[in-house]
Amino acid sequence: MSGFFQTDLGIVILTLAESLALIVPLLIGVAYLTLFERKVMGAMQLRKGPNIVGPFGLWQPFADALKMLFKETIIPTGSDRLLFMIAPMITFGLAVVAWAVIPVNNHWAIADINVGILYLFAISSLGVYGIIIAGWASNSKYAFLGALRSAAQMVSYEVSMGFIIVTVLVCVGSLNLNDIVMAQRHVWFAIPLFPLFIIFFISGLAETNRAPFDLAEGESEIVAGFFVEYSAMSFALFFLGEYANMILISAMTTTLFLGGWLPLFHCAPFTWLPGPFWFLGKVLFCLFVFVWVRATLPRLRYDQLMALGWKVFLPITLVYLVAVAGVLEYLGWLPNA
Amino acid sequence: MNRLGRMAWGLVLWEILSGMALTLKTFFGPKATINYPYEKNPTSARFKGEHALRRYPNGEERCIACKLCEAVCPAQAITIEAEPRDDGSRRTTRYDIDMTKCIYCGLCEEACPVDAIVEGPNFEFATETREELLYDKAKLLDNGDRWEPELAKRLELDAPYR
Repeated sequence: MSGFFQTDLGIVILTLAESLALIVPLLIGVAYLTLFERKVMGAMQLRKGPNIVGPFGLWQPFADALKMLFKETIIPTGSDRLLFMIAPMITFGLAVVAWAVIPVNNHWAIADINVGILYLFAISSLGVYGIIIAGWASNSKYAFLGALRSAAQMVSYEVSMGFIIVTVLVCVGSLNLNDIVMAQRHVWFAIPLFPLFIIFFISGLAETNRAPFDLAEGESEIVAGFFVEYSAMSFALFFLGEYANMILISAMTTTLFLGGWLPLFHCAPFTWLPGPFWFLGKVLFCLFVFVWVRATLPRLRYDQLMALGWKVFLPITLVYLVAVAGVLEYLGWLPNA
Repeated sequence: MNRLGRMAWGLVLWEILSGMALTLKTFFGPKATINYPYEKNPTSARFKGEHALRRYPNGEERCIACKLCEAVCPAQAITIEAEPRDDGSRRTTRYDIDMTKCIYCGLCEEACPVDAIVEGPNFEFATETREELLYDKAKLLDNGDRWEPELAKRLELDAPYR
């Protein structure tokens, strides 16, 4: 049997099975994240959130999905039909594809490649294409404005995110996500690189167009931003993409700063639980903070958003990168690359 | 504090953290939600809900077709036609309320000299068609028969303040 999985066909089948084993829980996770968000935000606003469909509203995501499926897909007359239909697929596809390199446990990744973090960064940068194509193809002013805002915002925050990732790489000496997690055996990077951890998380909020950086959506000013013209399943794909991106950024934060699948402490009661459990727990915590921030903070003004990205985050991350590199070099702690 | 100090303080994100502490506190706090179809808020005795035409205990309808309600109605939702009945008493032959026009101000109730037209406690009378909201006399009298115990109680409770 193990011989079969060495052949070309076997590898293809194995990869397909692995992908399915990842994508199906991911989609269910995305569905339940919407419920999680509504519940948590409800609780923070003195409400109960959905609690009618099934026990505690647990079937709500399925009810929503069915509703989306049965709605009519409307393609505006003035739109570019091909691009209009492709855009949500790009957004959703990229959000899922990035998961190929995330290690859920020691060497539990579909592709355990040695440029994992580079791949992840490249894919998350491509995400802006889905949005800008959607905004352009809709042929609507609100969608276009939303897409412009979103593109500018994502590009701005990617710069400081890049520097943060480089700082982590300086500490690890490898681009492999597995090595990055293993380098945090003794201390999670969230502790020595605490400011960067916070900045990474905030940039993650901006990267996924979440509150308080949801100017691309901006319900109160530009209706819904780049996806105003979308309905039914194409809208659902954008929605799924946004939530899958949230989970992805949480997984990235977990992998880079919170020690991935590693337990909280390396002693008895904590090591009994398997790695994926810890990974899931940390991702859930990050997601909770995502929702928590959304329930707390109002939206930033656009110039404040840009000033924060370029005038605050960029200098801090740049200085921190040089400082970390300098300290490591001075102490002789630089990992052998 | 000087400018530099303020900038450094800003990096601590104190305001954001205290705001988040507040939302976390409400997250664990008691909820204000009322599970509507299963739980309902209490309503005042003066609550202005669906209209009803009341009767006297002997079954005689109260309305004497004075048309004060029709005259006072600011939305002109009430239409009344009247004729003397066979026994000589003056009664309505038609009493319509267009519930889609009604603004639930309660002036009809205030104007009525015999407490015939009242606004009851019922607010759950949504319909699937617009026509069902054009109430006629039969419907209003039927409402009166259905809600009479509560209507009488509400009038009694509010009487000291009239």
